[in-house]
Amino acid sequence: MIQIANVSKSYGSFDVLKDCSTTVNKGEVIVVCGPSGSGKSTLIKCVNGLEPFQSGQIIVNGTSVGDPKTNLSKLRAHVGMVFQHFELFPHMSITENLAIAQIKVLKRNRDEAVDKGLKLLDRVGLKAHAHKFPGQLSGGQQQRVAIARALAMDPICMLFDEPTSALDPEMINEVLDVMTELAQEGMTMMCVTHEMGFAKRVANRVIFMDHGRIVEDDSKDAFFANPRSERAQQFLAKILHH
Amino acid sequence: MNYQWNWGVFLQPTAAGDDIYLGWMLSGLQMTVMLSLSAWLIALLLGAVIGVLRTVPNRFLSGLAATYVELFRNVPLLVQLFIWYFVLPELVPASLGDAYKQSHPVFQQFLAAMVCLGLFTSARVAEQVRSGINALPRGQKNAGLALGFSLPQVYRHVLLPMAFRLIVPPLTSEFLNIFKNSAVCSTIGLLELAAQGRQLVDYTAQPYESFIAVTVAYVAINIIVMTLMKKLEDKVRVPGYMGGK
Repeated sequence: MIQIANVSKSYGSFDVLKDCSTTVNKGEVIVVCGPSGSGKSTLIKCVNGLEPFQSGQIIVNGTSVGDPKTNLSKLRAHVGMVFQHFELFPHMSITENLAIAQIKVLKRNRDEAVDKGLKLLDRVGLKAHAHKFPGQLSGGQQQRVAIARALAMDPICMLFDEPTSALDPEMINEVLDVMTELAQEGMTMMCVTHEMGFAKRVANRVIFMDHGRIVEDDSKDAFFANPRSERAQQFLAKILHH
Repeated sequence: MNYQWNWGVFLQPTAAGDDIYLGWMLSGLQMTVMLSLSAWLIALLLGAVIGVLRTVPNRFLSGLAATYVELFRNVPLLVQLFIWYFVLPELVPASLGDAYKQSHPVFQQFLAAMVCLGLFTSARVAEQVRSGINALPRGQKNAGLALGFSLPQVYRHVLLPMAFRLIVPPLTSEFLNIFKNSAVCSTIGLLELAAQGRQLVDYTAQPYESFIAVTVAYVAINIIVMTLMKKLEDKVRVPGYMGGK
């Protein structure tokens, strides 16, 4: 589904990504973790072309992301993305947030789009809030709406960029529950997150990044039982013991 | 001071015999309003386009927009007006310049004044549009793109609706300014409010009454503009966002 091959990116002389390669198969859930500044958010943003990269290749469902001839909008319409700060559109009601891209991008008619949006809103447990505006919801609720909004586009895979990092601790689980459910239904997912509980529960593989490199790319069990690199061992020791 | 107040002057017939003096004031008011509103329309449309261009990734387009802004906001309004009215008709192809110079004098003045005020103000509006767009979280643009919107769609549906809401207060100032700046256009002979006020002084020797009347008229316009813009601000307020309920 997603093939990342030898991707490098730099801002001037600073290397953000160094020769990153990995593959995400259909139905797989990959968790990407690592210290801040390690390039994990950048890597995931390269997958749908929000961040350009200088060398290497990323193929999503047969389409090369870095190819200047690729219609990125068309590709992105079917790659769902969820952001750290939710990024709902504040001037639109929740219903409108869910429907607008279906109408403008997928050319669905309004009734169909609203219908689909409300169904997904129900699925994330927020049907009663359809008429509200994003500013009237809590962070956790906004993030669940954001997930529903991405799902409304019938994505072939989902990218999560630290979806719980901006949430109050109490609200993290309501978002993780939605993500877990999604993973269990077989959605292909690439998640940048520090939620190791989530990784242990649903991930197939864990990628550990440091200084722009993919340091570990292992099955979940192997990663947690016995991380090979010292850096990953330190990282795990720090975040698992509190 | 030995000034003879005479508020009745406005109801006296003019020396030219065409109207009463109040009629002159009202026609000046009408000209000011027409000129300012048409210039505002130009300023708003052009300002939105230039402001957007200042924020696009394309270096050439954003550079072009930046040049436009610097040009129109750094040259004094009065100089710009003289260039539009006196200089430009000599620079354009003769047939066009002649057609302009042979048109009705009021049309000539109005056209030059409208274009001048409109473009001058558009540069200022553009800066506000740009600051509104830049004030939005960067992730908004990414969220739009990630949903498959094209860049123009992101501007249309995501960035501009919020940016314009943010800049209603500074735009109100700009809207007020355009009415006040329109007084500069009396220098090319356009008989707007300020020019009619001066004319009244020449004819009646009642400067206090006429200038007080002119001031009151400008204040009245501005109160109406402020009220309408406040209504607009309330109407477009987003629930749960920045003081919205």
